[in-house]
Amino acid sequence: MPPLVVARGIVKRYGAFTAVDGISFHVEEGECFGILGPNGAGKTTTVRLMAALSPLTAGQLLVDGLDVSRHGRQVRARLGLVPQHDNLDPELTVWQNLRVFSRYYGIPRAVAEERAAELLEFFHLQDRARQRVETLSAGMRRRLIIARALINAPRLLVLDEPTTGLDPQARHVLWQRLRQLKAQGVTMVLTTHYMEEAEQLCDRLVILNEGRVVVEGSPQALVERYAGREVVEVHLGLDGDGEQVLARLAGVGDLSWERAGDVLFLYVRGDDGIDPALLRGVGERVVFRRPNLEDVFLRLTGRGLTE
Amino acid sequence: MTLALPRPDLSARALRLWQRNWDVLRNTWVEETVWPFVEPLVTLLALGLGLGRIVDLPGDESYLEFVAPGLLAIFPMWAATSEAGWSSYFRLESERIFDAVMATPLSVDDITTGEVLWAATRGLISTCFILVVIAAFGTVASPLALLVPLAAVPACLFFAAISLCNTALARSVRSLNYFFVLYITPQFWLSGAWFPLDGLPEWAQRLSWWVPSAHAAELFRGLVRGGLEWGHLGHLAWLAGAALLFYALALLLMRRRLVR
Repeated sequence: MPPLVVARGIVKRYGAFTAVDGISFHVEEGECFGILGPNGAGKTTTVRLMAALSPLTAGQLLVDGLDVSRHGRQVRARLGLVPQHDNLDPELTVWQNLRVFSRYYGIPRAVAEERAAELLEFFHLQDRARQRVETLSAGMRRRLIIARALINAPRLLVLDEPTTGLDPQARHVLWQRLRQLKAQGVTMVLTTHYMEEAEQLCDRLVILNEGRVVVEGSPQALVERYAGREVVEVHLGLDGDGEQVLARLAGVGDLSWERAGDVLFLYVRGDDGIDPALLRGVGERVVFRRPNLEDVFLRLTGRGLTE
Repeated sequence: MTLALPRPDLSARALRLWQRNWDVLRNTWVEETVWPFVEPLVTLLALGLGLGRIVDLPGDESYLEFVAPGLLAIFPMWAATSEAGWSSYFRLESERIFDAVMATPLSVDDITTGEVLWAATRGLISTCFILVVIAAFGTVASPLALLVPLAAVPACLFFAAISLCNTALARSVRSLNYFFVLYITPQFWLSGAWFPLDGLPEWAQRLSWWVPSAHAAELFRGLVRGGLEWGHLGHLAWLAGAALLFYALALLLMRRRLVR
C-alpha cells in the first residue's frame, strides 16, 4: 500500500521568514505519526500545509495520492483537522456544531445524524447535545472538536497539539480515546511538545527544529540511540565543577554528557552503567533514571531557550 | 497585492455558510431582529405623526408618502452593511468561524460568497419588512411595489460586498467605524430619502450620482409611487455594476486576509 502522506522537500516561507525549510517524511496507513519540536519549529505550519489550508512555497505534498497544491478541496474532504486553538462555533449547540459541519462536507442528513450520534456517544457528550458549546469544560470542548473532525469519516486525522492546556485527567481520557481510534484503524498525525504524549501514542515520529527534520524514528529506537540505557543527572549546585565529576568517570565506556545550567546529564550506553560508588558525595544530588523521549528531544534541540 | 483577479474558486457549498448563518439567526432571532424591525417603525410614526404635520411639500404628496420609499433604501443598507461589517468581523476574528470552515471543502471564495449572500439576505429581510410597514401606513400607491424585493437585490448585494471589503481590511473592530461614520451615515442622511435632491445646487446633484443609496432611493420611489421611467433602469444598472465590482474586490481582499 502506498503511504497516505508523502512530503518531499516541502518549504513554506512568510516573506523573509522560513517556517518550514525542506521537510520530507511519509505517513503509512493505520499508523500514528508524531511531529515534535519546540515552539516555532514549524509543527503547526506543516499541519496547515498538509490540510491544504496554506499554499506551499516549494516541494511536493501528497495526501491520499492527491497533490495538496492542486486538489485542496478534495484533500480537505478526506481529512479531519483538530486545530490547536478552539474554533468551535459558539453560537450553536453541540449537536448543531456537528450538523452544520457535516453540511460543509455535503454529507446527507441521515448519514450525518447517525454519525453525529455515534461520535457524541464515543466521546461521552451525548447528554450535552442540546447545550451551547460555551457551557462545556475545556476537556469536553477538545473531545467535541475531535468528534467534529471525524464527522466526514476522514482517511487521515490531523491533531495539532490536541491536549495543550488540559488537566491530567482530561488528557488521559483523550489519550484513551485516541488509542481506541487508532485501534479502529484511523491514521493519525499528531503534533505535540509533550514527550509523554508522543511515547503513549506515536508509532513513529520526526523531531523538527527551526523548520528542519532533526531526526526520525520510533520513540524506542530514538531513546536507545540518543539517550542510551540510563541517564544520570548530577545536580552540581550553582558553582559546581563538572570537570571534576567527568574526571572521576574517565574509565566508564560509551558515555556522553551534556551540561545545562547547574545540572550535568550523563548518558550511559554500556551494559554495566555507572557504578554509583563513583559518584558518591558528588554535587548536591545524583539521580539515576531511565531515559525517555524528553532526553532525546532536549539533546537534539538544545536545553537552553530557543526563543 | 496583485490586482489581477485569478479565476474565482466557487462552488455551491458557499450556500452552506449562508445556511450556517441562517441557523444562528433562528437560534437568536428575537435579539437579532428587534433593532431592524423597531427602528423603521418608530421612524415612520415620528415622521408621520410628528414632522409630517409641519412639512408642506409642493404637489399633493404628504411628507410621509415622500419618505416611505426612501426608507427602503436606507434601512436595508444599514442591515446589510452592519451584517457584513460587525457581524462578519466577529465571525472572522472573535469566533474564528472561517478558520474552521477553511479546513472543510469550502474555498476562501466560497466563504466570501456565502458571507456576501448572507448580508444581502439580511438587507432583503429588512426590505420586505419595511415594505409591509409602509403599505400598512397606506403610503404605497402602485402595485409595482411588489417588485421592490427583486429590485432591491443589486443594492443589497452592493452594500454587503462593500462592507465585507472594509471588514477584510479592518485591523480591529474599532477601525470598522471609519466606514460607517464616513461612508454609511452620510448616505443615510443625504440619499434623498428625507428631502428631494432636485432642489439642491447643481454641483450637489452631480455628486449624488456617486451616492449608491441615492440610486436605490430613486428606484424604489419609482416603484412605490408609480411613474417608472427608463431612467430607473439606469439606477438599477449602476447598482448592479457596483455590486459586481465590489464583490470581485471582496474576493480579492478576503483571500489576502485569510490565506497565509
